[in-house]
Amino acid sequence: MIRFEKFTLDNGLRVLVHEDKSTPMAVVNVMYDVGARDEEPSKTGFAHLFEHLMFGGSINIPSYDEPLQTAGGENNAYTTNDLTNYYCQLPAENIETAFWLESDRMLSLAFSKKSLEVQRKVVSEEFKEHYINKPYGDVWHKLREVVYTTHPYRWMTIGKELKHIEDATLDDVKAFFHKHYTPSNAILVVAGNVDMPQVKALAEKWFGPIAAGKKYQRNIPQEPPQTEPRFLEVKANVPLDALYKCWHIYPRTDDRYYTADLLSDILSGGGSSRLYQSLVKEQKLFSNIECHHTGSIDAGLMVIEGKLVKGVDLKAADDAVLKELKAIREEGISAPELEKVKNKTESAMAFEDMSVMNRAQSIANYELLGDADLINSELAKYRAVTADEILKQSRIIFDENNCTTMYYRSEN
Amino acid sequence: MINRTQPPAIIDAVDFNLSLKPYEHFTLDNGVPVYMINAGAQDVIQIEWVFFAGNCYEQKSSVAAATNFLLKNGTSNRTAFQINEDFEYYGAYSNRSCYNETAVVTLHTLTKYLDKLLPVVNDMVSNSIFPEQEMDIFRQNSKQRLKVNLQKCEFVAGRMIDAFIYGEEHPYGKYTNVDDLDELTSDDLKAFYKKYYQEGQCAIFISGKLPADIQQLLNTHFGKLSITKPSFSTKKTNVFPSPQKKFRIENDVNSVQGAIRIGSAFPNRHHADFKKAVVLNNIFGGFFGSRLMSNIREEKGYTYGIHSYFQNHIQQSAWIISTEAGKDVCEATITEVYKEMQLLRKKLVDEEELLLVKNFMIGSILGDLDGPFQIMAKWKNIILNDLDGKYFYESVDAIKTVTAEELQALAQKYLQPENFYELVVY
Repeated sequence: MIRFEKFTLDNGLRVLVHEDKSTPMAVVNVMYDVGARDEEPSKTGFAHLFEHLMFGGSINIPSYDEPLQTAGGENNAYTTNDLTNYYCQLPAENIETAFWLESDRMLSLAFSKKSLEVQRKVVSEEFKEHYINKPYGDVWHKLREVVYTTHPYRWMTIGKELKHIEDATLDDVKAFFHKHYTPSNAILVVAGNVDMPQVKALAEKWFGPIAAGKKYQRNIPQEPPQTEPRFLEVKANVPLDALYKCWHIYPRTDDRYYTADLLSDILSGGGSSRLYQSLVKEQKLFSNIECHHTGSIDAGLMVIEGKLVKGVDLKAADDAVLKELKAIREEGISAPELEKVKNKTESAMAFEDMSVMNRAQSIANYELLGDADLINSELAKYRAVTADEILKQSRIIFDENNCTTMYYRSEN
Repeated sequence: MINRTQPPAIIDAVDFNLSLKPYEHFTLDNGVPVYMINAGAQDVIQIEWVFFAGNCYEQKSSVAAATNFLLKNGTSNRTAFQINEDFEYYGAYSNRSCYNETAVVTLHTLTKYLDKLLPVVNDMVSNSIFPEQEMDIFRQNSKQRLKVNLQKCEFVAGRMIDAFIYGEEHPYGKYTNVDDLDELTSDDLKAFYKKYYQEGQCAIFISGKLPADIQQLLNTHFGKLSITKPSFSTKKTNVFPSPQKKFRIENDVNSVQGAIRIGSAFPNRHHADFKKAVVLNNIFGGFFGSRLMSNIREEKGYTYGIHSYFQNHIQQSAWIISTEAGKDVCEATITEVYKEMQLLRKKLVDEEELLLVKNFMIGSILGDLDGPFQIMAKWKNIILNDLDGKYFYESVDAIKTVTAEELQALAQKYLQPENFYELVVY
């Protein structure tokens, strides 16, 4: 049970407080309800570029990092297709420094031209390091564009192409800030060695005076159901052939999400899972194979991906995967198999909750989904999933008309 | 109206008193030491069985790593599948990792299932049989993984810089070639296993929320094995560094970035300079606000990130600068790295920057002590490096007291470009 309290400032900022007196530290986590899905198709990668600019100085404070480090703090941030999260941890005595810094950049950035110029280059190097200069680095750029016809999950968080980042202007930056970085579009979680009256006073003092701004209304085109199989084939300078298959699943808050999550664990949650045992160990068709899902807020994807043993034909490997899926769709799963993946989920949650930083981020995540209380009811939802539901969902999800397949062939 | 240009008052982290929760200690009937941290709010446990079975003990390339990896692939009582199934049914994770001196088996589990899992670990470390069929799959899949990695410039650069500094025959410098994997036999692994696991030296580290009968449990499952306590007397291997210092290697004609590694030999943690050099490293390239990061990322935008660090080795260390930079700015990046070295040699670090780094480092240690696993990680490092129990406090003290003059002297001693190997893999 993770305890927290919540209040909302007049400007719409939600504040959640999680006390843990066993640590000398405090965590201040600010989550903004904006991600790559909120971008224009012609200006992709912007939410993430913007995250970099949040460290380029705010209206009253030239540098974010230095005062925080002087106060003994550390910080970082990340952007996903759904959200942007900024977190810092510092000795609890110095917590006001974090309020000062975070509130000033919510109030207004400095909009420095130099910062934009440099961060455009930094993000271009990040793009190259992770998606161009790596074998198989372009897989998800290519796959997303085929799997999603309509939803902005068509592009990756880093952006569709380098050019979008290179073309970003200071006007774009300002417009994005005013549209998305408002108090009502943010969630502040304060955790660790803190108490409620102290947090309330500090939140009122530093965040209270920030104008509410105009509430952003999200209006994203949702993905229509897929009605026939899709297929793409790529040839690249990689050592091994690889197979990728995706199926549309459910939004994060849909009850069927839990069934889909457990289904992915049954297929590949470890060395005793179905795909690994059959396809890597027994049939020796793949050198590795995984099943995972994207976990996104809007309807995400179930993914099976693996690299083939040299000499194995891609079509044969694909057929072998389909045979495993057919088995689960026809015969379902056993009671111990279900118990195993539920135990795994329980264990993973307990380990995740060990760090106060993780707890703070979880609370913010669930609040973003609509209700921070979900954090304490998740396990029961997983426990309630039945073998019948797994069978039913495996039939719906792994329908051939819901599938996109990619053959990634080695040129060598 | 509040004045937002004025920072709130802070307490300097250097004024904090840090303490590292002491471990409890007992020995199994066979003399194997067990170190324990009983703490935490969650009902979880981490156990590490540290064997002195790293690659410095192998006679043939890759035997240590293969033996360690295949501990989970079959015993006289269980198939590989059964071993995995036994852990995974209870939501537990068992990993293994092989280093230079040590090779480790790790178990993460909910405390309530511990008694179900200890017999499985016992089986792995006392009855492994390394079946031929598992060997075949291991060889094939390792070769495939290696081929993919060899296409990554950063992987190639990481191997090469170690080979330059220590020599390709040294445990810290040698690396696995595709052919080495072909030559591994089940008999090689069985012999290594007998000597360094079944009859090997071992220490056990356990942390988390421990059951009351933990001593008895561990003694039942591990106290009767033929393992013994560690002697901590790793023989020192001579280094054979490369006579050539500068390298430019083309690995991938289509690459858009170069992997840069600049590195030099450095003493181990027992050396009098080590603790204060850690502070110098932080200023140089050890954190986000470091000189290298501020100049090369935040000022020039040549890279997504640049870092400097000391390698975590027992016998001796190396000081490495590592980054991936745009192909057209690799040489400019290297020039800037040397400029930053020069600046540290020539000019005293000013008071403000020094206090910032000290506060940051102390705050970071304070944050690192979050939870039983992290506390144990600090102790494990001290114990396996055979350091004094006061090492943690001496390190904290070094951060608090080091002066700008001492840092300059260290820069003059160690940050000399002619000592550094320089490598770009495109």
